[in-house]
Amino acid sequence: MYFEVNGHRTYCYTGGKSFDAAKPTVVFLHGVLNDHSVWGLQSRYLANHGWNVLAVDLPGHCRSEGEAPGSVEEAAQFTTALLDAAGLAKAALVGHSWGSLIALEAASRLKQRVSHLVLVGVAYPMKVSKALLDASLEAPQQAIHMINVFSRATLAPPPSTLGPGNWVWGSSTALHRRVLASNPTTNVFHRGFKACDSYASGEAAIAAISCPVLFVLGTEDQMTQARAAQMLIEQAKASGKSVKVARLPVGHHHMTEAPDETLFAIRDFLAQ
Amino acid sequence: MPGYSDPGFDTLALHAGAEPDPATGARAVPIHLTTSFVFESSDHAAALFNLERSGHVYSRISNPTTAVLEQRVAALEEGIGSIATASGQAALHLSIATLMGAGSHIVASTALYGGSQNLLHYTLRRFGISTTFVKPGDIDGWRAAIRPETKLLFGETIGNPGLEVLDIPQIAGIAHDAGVPLLVDSTLTSPYLLQPLALGADLVYHSATKFLSGHGTVIGGIVVDGGSFDWERSGKFAELTQPYDGFHNMVFTEESTVGAFLLRARREGLRDFGACMSPHTAWLILQGIETLPLRMARHMGNTAKVVEFLASHPFVARVGHPMLASHPSHALARKLLPKGAGSVFSFDIKGDREQGRKFIDALKLFSHLANVGDCRSLVIHPASTTHFRMTDEALAAGGITQGTIRLSIGLEDPDDLIDDLKRALRAAEK
Repeated sequence: MYFEVNGHRTYCYTGGKSFDAAKPTVVFLHGVLNDHSVWGLQSRYLANHGWNVLAVDLPGHCRSEGEAPGSVEEAAQFTTALLDAAGLAKAALVGHSWGSLIALEAASRLKQRVSHLVLVGVAYPMKVSKALLDASLEAPQQAIHMINVFSRATLAPPPSTLGPGNWVWGSSTALHRRVLASNPTTNVFHRGFKACDSYASGEAAIAAISCPVLFVLGTEDQMTQARAAQMLIEQAKASGKSVKVARLPVGHHHMTEAPDETLFAIRDFLAQ
Repeated sequence: MPGYSDPGFDTLALHAGAEPDPATGARAVPIHLTTSFVFESSDHAAALFNLERSGHVYSRISNPTTAVLEQRVAALEEGIGSIATASGQAALHLSIATLMGAGSHIVASTALYGGSQNLLHYTLRRFGISTTFVKPGDIDGWRAAIRPETKLLFGETIGNPGLEVLDIPQIAGIAHDAGVPLLVDSTLTSPYLLQPLALGADLVYHSATKFLSGHGTVIGGIVVDGGSFDWERSGKFAELTQPYDGFHNMVFTEESTVGAFLLRARREGLRDFGACMSPHTAWLILQGIETLPLRMARHMGNTAKVVEFLASHPFVARVGHPMLASHPSHALARKLLPKGAGSVFSFDIKGDREQGRKFIDALKLFSHLANVGDCRSLVIHPASTTHFRMTDEALAAGGITQGTIRLSIGLEDPDDLIDDLKRALRAAEK
């Protein structure tokens, strides 16, 4: 379904179910060079198990219009505006990679309007190497190959969104290319990476949230290494938050390398 | 263990899609000969049927052994996924039936395997799908044949029987300008020689019976999606972009930005048409793929020696292989097929039909049968077998004479193959 957010048509996948204001809502936020479809199984499951699901295409990505966010803060403002546009008094936020930083920053601003915060594949700071930043701008196809190599931990992933027979190395590459091509005026690859690299408010944000937080980390993740989430975990605990950590034996694409385990971690946390 | 660095083709041929079986430690891929899979709970069952969770339900739709084959071929083709089918013809039919219905139109190469030509020219016409055939090298002809109702362009990487090389980048460009995908039959090249998706094709399929299997033991097919075609932007594929009441009103392009074709092909095509692959067949094809790089290199080496021998033999009128400068696709083959232009080719003896028969009957190592891509060398006389329904005029248009012989070069000692051919040519000359 589409919402008008900040004056721009914004797409949200609803998991095959109609939006029902009487149900609790979970908003899924994707990472750099991705779109709503990376949450395929998890979002569809929750949509059929009592939740409204809004798996958004961020502005300037695939089906959503508008200027692609240039910072985590801009994307967090968009998330706030999305909740307003959907008439949501409260929602759970689930983000992956760059989306996890967006969810974190948005939760710090939305305070009690966020019921749960789930950070999948999060790191803070989320520094991007100069080589990768440069490649995302000057040789994006080569950079797409690089991030695919860094993101994967298995040559035998289980059945995921497309079902058995899905080759997630290939499907990630194809999705990255499609998202990049979807915005003819802005290199959303480079812009997204720069937003990750420059975000500096993570410690303040985790201290400011007012909801429980779940960290879903990949023990073989080379893009956002599990240990790089430790600062946020400790900060959250130190500031009295309810913290859960799920460590999965996967790389950076938790949703396709461990679709069930990722779903169960999110589902059980949201049930609290 | 950290992630894999960047696995190459030979590594993927052995490892893609498989790891030691977590239940038993078995290193080789197990054969899951079961029709169905037990649900963990009622909720699990419902979630599997509604695509909320992924897994196996019934082996017509998917099977763990078959899924390994599907992942492996997708990896070798640099695709997003694939669907294994009962045969190469089933893969072609599944591709077409997923994308169109009555009233649709296909533009296809004239240089097709006879079964594919039959499907398009006769059978699909009965279901309201028409085809215009264009010579593979007639670039303007491809463009001119496209109509508003055209849904697909289709050709073979190396045409049958003349081995015209399909200019995939050019034909893909024409297809994309028209908002339709290009489907390529890559059976004769295998992903070792050519990766059509990397050259611009959108869908690729194989008769896995041939080089992928390589042992002449099983019939199978597989179709791979490159995930590159934008079905929504095209606006021609309501089958993928509009709610489908045959499957939960799913809009396949919303469910998967890049995998809508595979979603519908599996959820509708395998469910309703049912031309699935047996897990035992998948396992045998996997055994073949493990040695695909080694076999293809040997196929090419042997073919080069046999072609060289035949091209210099006084009783041979013509050898039709793109490795020869005289072949019309020689330059294109050097560009698109640097590792070789296949091991299936035809040649003409300087003789009549009876001498052709004598030649075939005198062969000892070459087996006279209707297949290609076996590890053993094969031979057939097209005019009296694979193309027997065609008139002399149609045969001539396809570059076939009464003296044309088709060979599929296997993995034997090349000197033995040449000795066999020498002896048979001598017998035919008498």
